[in-house]
Amino acid sequence: MEIGLSHYLTVSAILFTLGVFGIFLNRKNVIVILMSIELILLAVNLNMVAFSMHLNDIVGQVFALLILTVAAAEAAIGLAILVVFYRNRGSIAVEDVNMMKG
Amino acid sequence: MGLQALFFYLFAFVAVASAFMVIAARNPVHSVLFLILTFFNAAGLFLLTGAEFLAMILLVVYVGAVAVLFLFVVMMLDVDFAEMKSGALEYAPVGALVGIILAAELIIVLAGNAFHPAAAGSGSSPIPALSERSNTQALGDVLYTDYIFFFQIAGMVLLVAMIGAIVLTLRHREHIKRQDINQQVARTPETAIEVVKVKPGQGI
Repeated sequence: MEIGLSHYLTVSAILFTLGVFGIFLNRKNVIVILMSIELILLAVNLNMVAFSMHLNDIVGQVFALLILTVAAAEAAIGLAILVVFYRNRGSIAVEDVNMMKG
Repeated sequence: MGLQALFFYLFAFVAVASAFMVIAARNPVHSVLFLILTFFNAAGLFLLTGAEFLAMILLVVYVGAVAVLFLFVVMMLDVDFAEMKSGALEYAPVGALVGIILAAELIIVLAGNAFHPAAAGSGSSPIPALSERSNTQALGDVLYTDYIFFFQIAGMVLLVAMIGAIVLTLRHREHIKRQDINQQVARTPETAIEVVKVKPGQGI
């Protein structure tokens, strides 16, 4: 059986879903939520590259590169915020992020 | 079943299994290590599609930078992760339901559809044959000409992220002796030495 576009899209859909499910499953742990977001972005990248292969168009790879850049920046900022939050509260649970609640 | 299909199923299976372990592992350090495994296998999938440069960049950026950053933060924070895991299964049924529906929809809509064959090859910048131009060169041809603006914006995003991360995490602790270069440079002989006349036999 030829490996075509639909195979890659299926893998990417499963990875995406696992990322979403990870956010549900690890509601308390911000680090794992950030990792789930990385998984989601990886699935999107896989989509871009699969379509780039299927359409024989390199622009998909350019966009995958840009997504990669944004994902790296997002991870850096997210972890920096996490470290600052841990310094202030001594916890990284999502439930404790309520200081701005009136 | 050709070699390509064999490797596709190998990479896909390991990627999905380790992605599941990322969200299911009890210890976040294990999660990060499984995330690295996922990235390696995704890089393998990228190689199979012909995106060689992206596969290598994925390894360098994700495994070399992002995953190691995660590892640093996980090990730096002294959090009781076991306690954090308690009550995790409370929302698991809802999450599983949402996940299954989402996956079914995505797979039925995307993978079940046959895309029009005329769409292939109608792109604005077709991939040149590998014998003429390597993937890296072909990507550079497009990225540095048509998409130079996007490229520079990406650079700005990284710059802002870097400055933001430094600004957020930098802190000045009190009561720590620091080198003050201004003060050192501004020293003059008058402030640096003191001439004391000592009378014989008395000392200072």
